[in-house]
This record gives sequence, C-alpha cells and structure tokens, in this order.
Amino acid sequence: MSLDRLAVAEMNVGDVEAEDTRPPVRTPARRWFDLGLGVYVKVLILYLLVPIAIMVLYSFNSNPAAATATAPKVSFRWQGLTVAWWRQWNGVPDLTTALWNSLVIAVVSSIVATVCGTLIALALVRYRFRGAGSLEIVMFLNIAAPEIVLGASLLSFLVVLNVARGLVTIFIAHVMFNIAFVAVTVRARLAGYSRAIEEAAQDLYADPLQAFLRVTLPMIWPGILGGFLLAFALSIDDFVTTNFVAGATITFPLWVYGAVKVGIPPQVFVMGTAIFTLGVVIALVNVLGVFRRRRLSAA
Amino acid sequence: MDAFDEHGIDPALLRGLTQRRLSRRQLFRTAGVGAATLSLGALLEACGVQGGGSSGGGTTSASAAAGFDWSSQTLHHELDFANWPYYIDTHKGDHPSLDLFTKQTGIKVNYRPVINDNAAFFATIKPSLEAGKPTGWDIVVITNGAQLSELIANNWLIPLDQSKLTNFKKYASPLVKDPAYDPGNKYTVTWQSGFTGIAYSPAATKALGHEPTSVSDLWDPRLKGHVGMMSDNTELGSVGMLKLGIEPSTSTPDDWKKTATILQQQKNDGLVRNYYDQSYINALENGDTWITQAWSGDVFIANESGYPELKFIVPQEGVMSWHDNMMIPVMAANPLDAITYMDYVYQPKIAAMLANYIWYVTPVPEAKPLVAKMPGGKPVASSPLVFPDQSVVSKAHDYYTFTGHQDLSEWNSIFEPIIQS
Amino acid sequence: MEQHLRADHPVIAAGRHRTRLGKWLAPYGLISPGGLWLLVFFVVPMFTMLMLSLETPVATTGFVNAGYRFTWHVAQFGDALSQYHTEFVRSLLYGTFVTVVSLVVGYPAAYWIAFRGGDRKTIYLFLLLLPFFVSFVIRSLAWQFLLSDNGIVLGTLERIHLLPFGFRIIGTAWAVMAGITYNSLPFMVLPLYVSLEKIDVSVVEAAQDLYSNGREVFTKVIFPLSVPGIFAGFLLTFVPAVGDYVNATILGGPTTTMIGNIIQFQFLQAQDYPMASALSFILMSVLLVGIIAYARILGTRQIEEYV
Repeated sequence: MSLDRLAVAEMNVGDVEAEDTRPPVRTPARRWFDLGLGVYVKVLILYLLVPIAIMVLYSFNSNPAAATATAPKVSFRWQGLTVAWWRQWNGVPDLTTALWNSLVIAVVSSIVATVCGTLIALALVRYRFRGAGSLEIVMFLNIAAPEIVLGASLLSFLVVLNVARGLVTIFIAHVMFNIAFVAVTVRARLAGYSRAIEEAAQDLYADPLQAFLRVTLPMIWPGILGGFLLAFALSIDDFVTTNFVAGATITFPLWVYGAVKVGIPPQVFVMGTAIFTLGVVIALVNVLGVFRRRRLSAA
Repeated sequence: MDAFDEHGIDPALLRGLTQRRLSRRQLFRTAGVGAATLSLGALLEACGVQGGGSSGGGTTSASAAAGFDWSSQTLHHELDFANWPYYIDTHKGDHPSLDLFTKQTGIKVNYRPVINDNAAFFATIKPSLEAGKPTGWDIVVITNGAQLSELIANNWLIPLDQSKLTNFKKYASPLVKDPAYDPGNKYTVTWQSGFTGIAYSPAATKALGHEPTSVSDLWDPRLKGHVGMMSDNTELGSVGMLKLGIEPSTSTPDDWKKTATILQQQKNDGLVRNYYDQSYINALENGDTWITQAWSGDVFIANESGYPELKFIVPQEGVMSWHDNMMIPVMAANPLDAITYMDYVYQPKIAAMLANYIWYVTPVPEAKPLVAKMPGGKPVASSPLVFPDQSVVSKAHDYYTFTGHQDLSEWNSIFEPIIQS
Repeated sequence: MEQHLRADHPVIAAGRHRTRLGKWLAPYGLISPGGLWLLVFFVVPMFTMLMLSLETPVATTGFVNAGYRFTWHVAQFGDALSQYHTEFVRSLLYGTFVTVVSLVVGYPAAYWIAFRGGDRKTIYLFLLLLPFFVSFVIRSLAWQFLLSDNGIVLGTLERIHLLPFGFRIIGTAWAVMAGITYNSLPFMVLPLYVSLEKIDVSVVEAAQDLYSNGREVFTKVIFPLSVPGIFAGFLLTFVPAVGDYVNATILGGPTTTMIGNIIQFQFLQAQDYPMASALSFILMSVLLVGIIAYARILGTRQIEEYV
C-alpha cells in the first residue's frame, strides 16, 4: 500500500475548500449523536497519529548501549531523552546516500512527470481527437493497476531488453506511475477555467508564447503545483515498484525496509521526522498561500 | 541526558567496544522452481526482433572467462566491492582496513554494502552476465550454495591467478582451503564463515523448565507459537535433517521428504511463530520468539546492544557451517586490483581488524593473538564461534551441495511449500 | 523545453493563425511525451509480461542456463492457480475485510467532518492526511513494535495480568489486516468526504421536509449521493490492499502469506519469471473484473470520472 491513489481526493479537497462558505446543515434533535460522532472523529485521528508519535518520540530515545556503537540500532525500551541521533543524523553513510537518491529521483521524476502530465491534461481538455479515449483508458489502467503489477511488468520488460537496473530505471518507473496522477489532477483544475481570457490574451500579446507564459500558465499554476507535489510525495515514499526495478541502487524506503530485518538505526526516525516536518511545513505554507490569495481576491 | 559523548571515550576503546555487524544475510536462499535463465534470444525471436542466438546465458561469457589472461592485466587503482551490510570494520562511517589498503596500494575502493540476500543480489547481476556485459563489480561476496554453483557452472567468474594469493596460501585456515563447492579455490576465497545453531531467551528456559540443548527443542509443544524458523529453505531443511539424525551433505530426496513431514507437522501444530530471514534476531529481542534458528554472530551483537539475556548454543546434534566468498565476476573492470585486495585481507593483521568487528568466523586463525591484544578483543579472541575450537568444528555439518537445476528444483518443491502457503 | 513549447504549443495551436493541419496535430504533440512514456514503459511491459507468462524453461543438466522458450504455455496459468489459489483467496478476503472495515469506520468520520466540521474542516482533513507525510514502511514498523509480545501494549497488559502469558497479535491475520486498514483509512475517508461535501444543502433541506426522520433522509438522499465517493474509496483501498505484501511481511506470520508476497518472491528471489508473470496477470485481471463489476453494481456511469 502506498500513497498513490490520493490524487483525486487531495485535489478535490482543495476544490471544495475553495468554495466552502455555506453554513453547515442543521438537522434537529441530533446533538448527542453529533457530539458522539465528534468525539469518535477525534479518537480516530489520534489513532492515525500513533505511529507518527512513536517515530518522533523514539528519534529522541537514548540508548547507552548503542550510543557508543558505530552502527546503532534503535531501542524500543525507553531509556531517556537524547538529541544524539539528531546531532549525527548522517551517521549511517548508506542511509544518507539512500536519502539523497530518493530526493534526487523524486525531484527529477516529478518534474518530468509534471511536464508530461500537464501537456496531456491540456490536450484532453482543449481538443477532441482520435485516440483520446484510448489514452484515458491507459491512464485509468495505470492508476487502477496494483503497484506490484506495475513493478513486475516493468521488470519483465527490462529483463527482456536486458537493461541493467539502477537509478535510471527507478526514474523511468516513477515518471511512469506519476504521469496519469498529474494529468488527472491538472485536468480537474483546467476544466474550470474559461478560454475567453486566454483568447483575449492572444489578442493582447502578439507572441503566442507570451500569451501562454503570462496568462495561461499563471492560471493553471496551482494545478501544476498540486500535481508536482503529489508526484513528489508518491515518488519519495514508493517502495513496491521501486523494489522491482532498483537493481543494486538503494532508496530511502528500500533502505528502511531492508533495515527492518536487522533492526533500524535511530537515524531512520530522525530522517523520517525531518521529512514529516518538512512535508507538514510545505503543506501549511501551501494552504496559507491559498487562504491569502482567496482573501486578496475577495477584497 | 545525552548519553552520547564521543569525546569522553578513548577512540581506540570506542572502536574496541563497538564491533558489531548487524546484518547477516539469508543463507543461499535458493533459486526457486525452474530458475533457468531467461533467454533473450528466444524472446526476441518470438517478438520478431532481430537478436543474438537463442542459446541463452553462459556462452557469451564462457570464452571471456576461460581465456582470461592475467599476465596482460594492470592495476587501475580502482575497485568496486559489493558486500553485505555491517560486514566490514567500521569506525565513524570509515572503514579503517580499507583506508589502510588504499594507503598501501593506492587502490581506491568503492565499497558498497548492497547485498542483503544471495538470490536477490544474484538477480541484479544475472541479466548483465547473460548479456556478456560488465556487472559493475570487481568483487562480490556470495555464500556457498546454489547461486555460487550457478555462477561457476556458467563460467561467470574469473579463475583466480593462484600465484597472486600468497597470503591466502600461507595463512588461510584449512577449513576454507580447497572447499567442496570450489575445488582448489579456483574461483573464490572466503571472506568470513559462520555457523547456524540455536538462540533462545529466558522465556524458553522458563517454559521448558531447563536450558534448551537440542534442535528437538524447536519442536517442543511447550514453546508453541514462539519458535522461530528460517525462511531460507536450505537452513530449514538442514535443521530438520539434524533433528532426524540425517547428515545433510549426503542426504537423498527420500530424506528430504521425511524431513519435510516433520517440518510441516511443526507448522501445523502451531509451534512456528514465523519463518524469518535476518529479522529472526528482532523477533527474539521483542519476545515474539523464545527459541529460534540463529547465525552465530548475531546473538553476540544482541548481547552487546541491550539484550544480554539472549544465548546462542551449539545444539548436541550439531551446527551447520557456511562460507561467504569473494569472487570476481567476468568482464570485471579491475581484476588485478580485486585479486590484490582478496589476498590483502589474508594478512593476519588485516584479518584481525575485520574479525574484531564482524564477530563471525575469520578464515585466518593466526589473527587470534592479534585480536586478543586489540581493545575489547579478549572476549572475541576467546570465543569458539569466532576462532572455532575442536568442540565446535567437530559438530559442524556441511549443506547438501546441489549438482544442478534438477535436484535444486526437487529440494525447492519439497521444502518451499512449507514456508510459502 | 522551450523548443518543445514552440513546436506544439497549446496557444499556438489554439490561436487564430493556426492551420488546419496544425490544429489536427496539436493534441498529438501535447500528448506525445507522456503518451509515449506510458506506451513504452506501461503498455508494452504489460505485453512482455503476458509473453513471459507463456514461456517454458529449456531442459538442461547441471547449473548451465539454457534460457526460456516461448511455447504458448497456457497451462502456466492453470499451474499458477492450482499452486497459489490459497494466497489469491486469502488476499481477496483480506482486501474485502479491509475495505468494509475502512468504509464502516471511515464513513461516520467523513460524514461528521463534512456536515459538522464547520470552519475546522480543513484542520480535520489535514490531521487525517498527516500519516502520508511519514514513509509507510516506518508506519508499519511502528505498529510492529507497538504490538510485539513484549511491546508497549501487550507487554504492559500481560504484566498486569489482563492477558495470558504468551498472548500475541503479531504474526496473525488480524495484525496484517489491521496494518492494511490503518494505511487504507485516509484513502477511504477522503473521497467519502469529498462526495458528502458536494451534496447541496438545499437538497438535504428538501429531504428533511419530505421525510419524517433523519434515518430516511440519510438512506434515501445522503447515502445515494455519496455512492461515487464509496466507489472511489473502494478503488483506493481494495486494489492496493489485495496487492499488498509489505504488511504481511512486517506484521504477518506463517499463515498470512498474500499473493503479493508470492509474486515478489517468484520475481525477485526464485526468478521464475513465467510463473511470476502469470500470477501478476491473474491478479490484474481479477481486480479489473472486480472493479468493473463493482462499478456496475453501484451504477457508476463512467469509471474514469472517479479516478
């Protein structure tokens, strides 16, 4: 199970937020029921946060026995607070390499997938053309196929072609499973925008490229950004597909999965917590940005 | 609060205290049913694409290996070395023995601990070997077993220039010289060896009412649901044979079937908590298992990292012994650099540096007095599991040696269904 | 990139000066990079996988490899099913269980956030999304430690004698299903929320006038309107759940092997590519049939709408 199928949901949530000004529905005589449900939701959220709390907490767990070791294992017996693991976050050389691999692949593959996906979305929204239906079916299959099948089929292809597996094949795979997600996300944003503005822009600017860069692109930018962030999130946490096509190259999730067998070093929790914090901050900035823009446009 | 104070500790002492090797690979997880290689030619023909011949694998590289000319080789001062994680001396992210090697020879080593599993790693290099392309590695470390046999049978390894193995000739233990799986050390020399025995926690003693002493304790109903067995079907089958008093190295398919019956029974009775790979040691630490098949070095390490109550024993029926071997794949870019390193680690001084960290069985007995003098080395030097004495060696059994895909498939079809169902 | 934009630029194509041919070519120019990528690395591999599944090994002696030959070995599929039907059935059962539990647990939450969340909706949704900022391998690992025999939960309960000595969760089917459910829940709640949120207030108010009690309002109006969300949630949870093998590996035991574990093993360890390909193909087909059938049952017009 991976992040993948979040695309739709996430993007739709964004859409809904944008127009959310109506009052809540009031049905009478259900206050106790509602109160109970409210508590239930909060309990559910707490349950969802338990593993995160474990990760953050144990990244600060001191382990005197392991503290002197060069390749320490995280201890799940609580032995007091320490920031030692944070101070030597890069103390496990291969883990650091794996993290860099993940970051590089995530950045590059998300950019390529975003460009490809956005162009597909533009084509699907703007034009009626022969083959559009087939393309939609292919994208649907790509999203609906279990990850293990995506990875397995790509591996069989690489095996047949006798291609050595490594960073490049991981990159290929990540672009492959992200294009459809980006296309779907951007298309949903595009569908709402009027062509009239763009046509007016074309009258205004002699150069069509100018018109695109100055008018169209800024209009669809939030969609593109959303698609990019989604692709990035899917890429950096991908295990299943990557595992099939990685060869001897190790990414962060692969390293962690491998280390589960031998006991993970506390640095895994440090990096996990750091990625988590970074993700939350970026998301918050994004959300705040949307709020501010909305307020500006309302004013 | 801050337990980590590196400045308060003498670096030498630190190094001495910290030998650890967290990972032990799965022992030759054998290739499964019909592990024949994929023929590119046949596929391309089927695709209607022009391609090479349809004979597959070995042929392309066979000539490359057979006609290997050591005399024309020169040093390139580079070495790509694939090994298992935590399987080399490490100090603050550095590997002192490698640094020393570079200092002495000028050969820079690209050391990558990328091997977690023999079969999975073999799967990553096999396509290149079949295509007659370089694997990207000059040295790989693979356990004696099906993958190694396959590498040798397909001429995918460069025959070693015996005249360049002077340290090996002089210092290698008789246990690793001229092994059955590679007569005359034609292709391989051992990196480290080890034993597969039994580990247990106090809970097992409590449930049994006595300390475990025998592989039969893995079948004791009082330990129901808390027995760890290995998911490697060679380990699994071999321990079953030890219980039945069958010698694994000379066993027959009939013996295997008999053994599979008691293993299946063990599972059906709910004794087995799970079939583990390297993760067996975590399960033992977490209390999920009370008794488990185990590799000799791991319990040592667990003792040192907060679980002193765990114990490793050589059961009365004996232990299985295995060897992880260095070898040079065909088309390797730097074979002379590789063989230089392979001989280098057989100097007692270097072997001691490695042994004092890895805690498996070193192939150089003369490293023992040197280890004893190293910081924290006393318990290592006196351990019969690092420097095995006669009491352990006499109880060591060899695995069954596969002769080809036929008996391998038969073995797999008998034992794999127990694990995968 | 700029070069590329010039060549098949949407605005150029959409502009008034374009030619007929240009108009005809423009969409193909736009889809070509992504379309080709999907064609080469997704569609074609599906066919190579199908071909692989129809091959047989060439008989040899010893360890010399002679490769596989394409032989229309259709029986491979029969072998795959007869050998591994237990894992297929088990995976489908786990997947169904996970989907149903996620729906039952997630629906009330989505309902409450959509209708009672007020101006804190975004915050609740954000909190529900937080697990996705953590690598899922780490999340499964955290559960492994939480639920291990001597772990925080069981260890404590055992010590105060609320649980018998030797009680366990890790290694059982429950642990595997709970692990997958944990990962699936947000995927179920989000689309449910989206579809509930979209329901027009006036429709609900009209329903309240029409029907006497809240239950009828729910069963006759709200629930039917949330069906697209249920379908999306099903798609987002069932498919990954059935194909999962990481939870079975980390949280499972000897009798919880899922079909994903087998495919993974056959591909990456046993390297029996024909068998592995056949298994993947069967899995894919079963899931597609399931999705289409489910879509029909729910009366979904166009599957594409919800992906």
